[in-house]
Amino acid sequence: MESTAVKPQFSEAAKAEIERICKQYPEDRRKSAMLPVLHIAQAEFGGWVSPEVQDLVADVLGIKPIEVYEVSSFYTMFNLKPVGKHVLEICRTGPCMLRGSEELTAQLERITGAKVGGPASEDGLFTLKEVECLAACGFAPIVQVREQYYEQLDTPEAVDAMLAELRNQVHRPALPWEETGLSNALANN
Amino acid sequence: MGRKLLTEHINVEGIEKLDVYRKHGGYRSVEKALKTMTPDEVVEEVKKSGLRGRGGAGFPTGLKWSFLAKPEGVPRYLVCNADESEPGTFKDRELMSKLPHLLIEGMITGSYALGANTSYIYIRGELLYVLRILEKAIAEAYAAGFLGKNILGSGYDLDLYVHPGGGAYICGEETALLESLEGKRGNPRNKPPFPAVQGLYARPTVVNNVESIAAVPVIVNEGGDEYAKIGVGKSTGTKLFSACGHLNKPGIYEIELGLPVEEFIYSDEYCGGIWKGRDLKAVVAGGSSVPILPKELILKTAAGEDRLMTYESLSDGGFVTGTMLGSGGFIAMDETTNIVRNTWSFSRFYHHESCGQCSPCREGTGWLEKVLHRLVHGHGQMHDIDLLVSVAKQIEGNTICPLGEAAAWPVAAAVRHFRDEFEWHVTHPQEATKPGAIFPGKLVTA
Repeated sequence: MESTAVKPQFSEAAKAEIERICKQYPEDRRKSAMLPVLHIAQAEFGGWVSPEVQDLVADVLGIKPIEVYEVSSFYTMFNLKPVGKHVLEICRTGPCMLRGSEELTAQLERITGAKVGGPASEDGLFTLKEVECLAACGFAPIVQVREQYYEQLDTPEAVDAMLAELRNQVHRPALPWEETGLSNALANN
Repeated sequence: MGRKLLTEHINVEGIEKLDVYRKHGGYRSVEKALKTMTPDEVVEEVKKSGLRGRGGAGFPTGLKWSFLAKPEGVPRYLVCNADESEPGTFKDRELMSKLPHLLIEGMITGSYALGANTSYIYIRGELLYVLRILEKAIAEAYAAGFLGKNILGSGYDLDLYVHPGGGAYICGEETALLESLEGKRGNPRNKPPFPAVQGLYARPTVVNNVESIAAVPVIVNEGGDEYAKIGVGKSTGTKLFSACGHLNKPGIYEIELGLPVEEFIYSDEYCGGIWKGRDLKAVVAGGSSVPILPKELILKTAAGEDRLMTYESLSDGGFVTGTMLGSGGFIAMDETTNIVRNTWSFSRFYHHESCGQCSPCREGTGWLEKVLHRLVHGHGQMHDIDLLVSVAKQIEGNTICPLGEAAAWPVAAAVRHFRDEFEWHVTHPQEATKPGAIFPGKLVTA
């Protein structure tokens, strides 16, 4: 059955970036661009990759949709469900745990009202996600939001500063291949 | 104060830019190699240096290079493993974000030695911001004629690209990394064939850690013999240690191999001792997968000698009383640390990161996590402790890749050295599961 929903399309800037990336691999190995293109898709379409977006990725790479599904479900960075405007990825592995990641998680749940692994906070701003080692153990505890690392979040002040900065972001920061950041995430509100 | 071969200029203002990097001696190895040396001569210097893979396995880099198959007319690849994900390890992130040109220089000189005309840096997806830094630096290197066609008029061509992962520890395993680079799930491949024969796109491929490749410029500039003079025995050169956990000064330290562990932990030049004036309880010296050692055994070997930061000294005593240097991810735990809880955290990590291909790992890591969860939450029984050891043993050696061992060793070692504390969780569940509970038994101290 034909879907009546509007099919997602990459922006012109994203299309150009995807073509630049595809040239990095042998011509018959376009599938190699899978992960970089999924990252672009996630940035373009509100922080997650819906089945329709994954179909678009398959289309762009000239491969079958199943080849995208099996990859997007393997790697933890790709969100397969809608998310809030900011996804807070809290590192929970040993070295962060030694420096207070469990307390940090509890604190973030308390302040934002969202639960780890659950839906976004009621205001649609924050999704909380626990992740494994972010390779910044000497600066623990750590939260990653998109391409930004927030480190040494072991004081209420540091946590508040991070949340205030995120609350003040109207659009996500622009990526190098974009003119401006995109506001697609707001479209969920 | 030891020599800093990699990080001497890491804090120089603007060192991430090509002109500043060149002012501090950057790209000399490219000029020297491409203009005055044959590729085989470069390989020979790396062999002589005794450099051992800095990602964790410690396999001699020059030897690995010499295994590369070179069939006529078939492209070959150098792939840099920048998928730094071993808990406790954060040295490559620092190196790449602050000294991007050092890695690029190493990639050029290394690719020349191996005869690769296309090379990739596979960086973990979480470090997309570092990918941006590397891409900027690569663009500068192209503009300056260090990349592209006919580099420095030598006739040698090289294209260098950065490729992001998607969040999967397993992609640090070299064949999983290659699968991932081909756009697939990161399932490790059966070996043989080894990547040296059939790697990326089934072509001959060398995969090296960031820090190994970053050591190539100094080896080419100063000569393998000079490099080998630093260090002790078969542990040559300098190594980056990333220190974390309960230390006064966690961070990245480049040391000459051979430094006593005690000096590394307590000297103000390095970690500055244990935080909050507390006593040290245990150390995981080489990333989460190596065996944990109690204070007495990390400072001294079983024979009573000073434990040194070398491949040999850290593994002295085998797994009974020793550990491994691994990736240099140095995790210190103070006297208040709950070892059982910490072991559970690591097991949860390995269970989460198992690719699921081999049943001993897929099921075994789940068992380890579940049994440890039980113990940590006060529902464990005495026989659970032996069950942990038994499951660990059945994973070990029965999987395609070393993630099985990486999951099994930390659990087996924790039970080996801290059995009392595991038993306390069974005999005193209410006490042991209180937040902040501290094991009251004999602290293992020197």
